Amino acid sequence: MVLTIRPVAAALFLIFFSALLLDRAQAGSGHYYPPVTDKLTQDECGSCHMAFPAALLPARSWQRIMGGLADHFGDDASLDPAATAHITRYLTDNAADGAGSRHARKLMRGIDQANPPLRITELPKWVSEHREISPREWKSKDVGSKANCTACHVDASKGYFEDD
Amino acid sequence: MKTLSSMLLLLLGAAMASAVQAGPREDLLDRYAKDARANDPGFTSFSATRGQELHLARHTTGKPDTPSCSQCHGDKPRNAGRTPTGKSIEPMAVSATPTRYTDAAKVEKWFRRNCNEVLGRACTPAEKGDWLAYMISQ
Repeated sequence: MVLTIRPVAAALFLIFFSALLLDRAQAGSGHYYPPVTDKLTQDECGSCHMAFPAALLPARSWQRIMGGLADHFGDDASLDPAATAHITRYLTDNAADGAGSRHARKLMRGIDQANPPLRITELPKWVSEHREISPREWKSKDVGSKANCTACHVDASKGYFEDD
Repeated sequence: MKTLSSMLLLLLGAAMASAVQAGPREDLLDRYAKDARANDPGFTSFSATRGQELHLARHTTGKPDTPSCSQCHGDKPRNAGRTPTGKSIEPMAVSATPTRYTDAAKVEKWFRRNCNEVLGRACTPAEKGDWLAYMISQ
């Protein structure tokens, strides 16, 4: 009996350990944020910039952003009310303090919960992760904007924001 | 028999011609033409040349970052453009991006946003029609 239990226990341990590693690789590394899966959100947000993962901001930030699309960081990104409501719901459901929370624990550290930033680039974690990027690099032709994640993070559209 | 098949061909041809006539782009142009005529009884037709002028003109009434359509879309409609965040914009010319201007709501959404950005006001139906005529001609 002992002989048959041992391999089973070993296999179970292996499966558990692998699952733990995979989970850490995705959530624990702090560099994985699930890509947008809602088509309308992907199409509308993604027509001007990368459709940023919902887990990159808390629900309150998304609500404010979606409530002011006519002046979206200086640009007119206005949408009809039905599309606005649909996208707001997707983003808030999957926000850093919603369904996306297991990926965003580190990202949410040190932010004012009552008045969180509207820009992902103002999160303390974002700032510290990008402290080594020089102004010259930000201004280079291939980057041009801090919203241009994919210029450096080649797998950003798949959710991976590793150091590149 | 021969006359019957040629009659059928003729009918088929007529049906195809009317299908082309009633495409979403033509519907959109018809709508703009109707509105343009309502604004100006002297309106005759849209002009791709005027559309090109509008596309390239530098305006001072909109936002300083976006003085012209070509700022993001480029001077040549058959080439891709680039958003300020570095994302590629598919060419605006119908010949290069055949799916363009087939969704009226999408066209109106972008005219609303971009005319506001570049001109600081809504575009007139005549301007929209001229610009569309230019992109369809390219």
